[in-house]
Amino acid sequence: MTATTRGPLVIRHRRPSPRRRRSVTLTVLTSIMLIYTLLPLAWLAINASKTQEGLLNSFGLWFDDDFALFSNIATAFSYDGGIFTRWLLNTLLYVVAGAGGATLLATIGGYGLAKFDFPGKTAVFAVVIGAVAVPGTALAVPTFLMFSSLGLTNTPWAVIIPSLVSPFGLYLMWTFAVDAVPREILESARMDGAREFQIFFRISLPLLAPGIVTVLLFTVVATWNNYFLPLIMLKDPGWYPLTLGLSAWNAQATTAGGEAIFNLVITGSLLTIVPLIVAFLLLQRYWQSGLAAGSVKE
Amino acid sequence: MVATVPRARRSWAGWRFVGPFMAVFALVFLAPIAYSIYLSLFRTQLIGGTAFVGADNYLKALADPLFWSAFGNVAVFLVVQVPIMLFLALLVALAIDSGRLYGASFFRIAVFLPYAVPAVVATLMWAFMYGTRFGLVANLSDLLGVRLPDPLSADLILASLGNVVTWEFVGYNMLILYSALRVVNPSLYEAAEIDGASQFRIIVAIKLPALRGALLIATIFSIIGSFQLFNEPAILKNLAPNAITSSFTPNYYAYTLSFAGQQYNYSATVAIVMGVITMIIAYAVQLRGMRKEV
Repeated sequence: MTATTRGPLVIRHRRPSPRRRRSVTLTVLTSIMLIYTLLPLAWLAINASKTQEGLLNSFGLWFDDDFALFSNIATAFSYDGGIFTRWLLNTLLYVVAGAGGATLLATIGGYGLAKFDFPGKTAVFAVVIGAVAVPGTALAVPTFLMFSSLGLTNTPWAVIIPSLVSPFGLYLMWTFAVDAVPREILESARMDGAREFQIFFRISLPLLAPGIVTVLLFTVVATWNNYFLPLIMLKDPGWYPLTLGLSAWNAQATTAGGEAIFNLVITGSLLTIVPLIVAFLLLQRYWQSGLAAGSVKE
Repeated sequence: MVATVPRARRSWAGWRFVGPFMAVFALVFLAPIAYSIYLSLFRTQLIGGTAFVGADNYLKALADPLFWSAFGNVAVFLVVQVPIMLFLALLVALAIDSGRLYGASFFRIAVFLPYAVPAVVATLMWAFMYGTRFGLVANLSDLLGVRLPDPLSADLILASLGNVVTWEFVGYNMLILYSALRVVNPSLYEAAEIDGASQFRIIVAIKLPALRGALLIATIFSIIGSFQLFNEPAILKNLAPNAITSSFTPNYYAYTLSFAGQQYNYSATVAIVMGVITMIIAYAVQLRGMRKEV
């Protein structure tokens, strides 16, 4: 695939790199923002290397004499019978099933919206766009009650099923598919007698790949970072995702008689964000162009 | 115009693609909304069981001081935090787009990075730094030899929360605005420069008008986000139990009503009232934004 077909059409007008002079003043000023966004992450990385005592006794933005990062990581994974590993595996399950399923449904649905005329299409579009504006609160309680009467609460299904729907993903795929799959290709495949699903899997899917990566990345972030949904659906810590587990460890320190394990909360937090940050850095070119497609249209 | 495929067949084929999404969507979006409305029309009492009460729950919510104080908190958030965040996002987007930064692509990714951090981790991280025990605020207090105000006290908690949310989403908004700037036809800038327009003039006359649509989307997303505020105060409550009440935001209030008070009917009502207010405001902003465009 060449560079020109990789991005959505919206970034076609990418300006040639400007010949203007770079400005030291502007760079320094903008760096204030950079410090703001990176400082907390630096704080997290530095303090993940401290013991519980070290956290209390050393300066926040520099290392303690005792470099305990590796022992913290080992303790995080072994604490309380290795519950952190369980949380990590749960998160992976929710991400693979939830974000994977959401991306699949959004891809097929977005393609359907972009390339077919069918009765009720306008209604589908209106309902889905309207749903984006519905606050999660309005859904949380009734969803919990519905799932509870179906016997689904406190099971992985309660977290996975609601994660399967991403209106934003559908919208992104729809805008992306309009330009990415030329109508002529579809017409000629149809004239050759190919079935619609054959056309989709053989011809359209490869063309949609950059859009799929973008939607996947954003649904992965949404499920990996999900807190509210598992909070209301799950009671058994054995089914917690990482976010809920970290919050439980933090709460443990503030309850009477609880063991303060802030070093594990901090190290666990670092372990939780590293995979996503790495994914974002590695897949930069995909999500940046995909987001452009989603935000610029209309 | 040469339609070799019968039109009827093509018509319904689309549903085979959109159908699976719509089926799950109906289950996890439409059914809960319908159920929510149903719940809000009833009341369950220990004596007498469940009874239809019409609009009683809604009248109760509209006269509920806890609901309005929760609404007040997110309204302040909306009026103060959202403009600050969007203004910062705009400044950074313009700076990166100007082509005058050293390492522009590094700025772009670094400012966006917090978006990948879960609300739980972002809140815990900032809360620890806010901490007067082993946080940066404590360090600064020691260093300067003064007693700095506690960011987790009742007076400052809203500002502290606003900072966490700004940190999380400023980069995301920056990217939306930046993406909109990239599609401006460069010949416009060239023409303006030939006419002797200053950079400031180019920003006001070309870039800001080009950003209107993206700013509108970012504003609407931020309104919805502010009104739904839950994760950050819920997590911060552990570390600031006195400053954050269990009805701190409407979302938190609905959660408390359901999961601590078992008042499912009233909780659904509060959620619906908040949902309707959100949609009205989002819609009003959209109308205003579109009218300006004409």
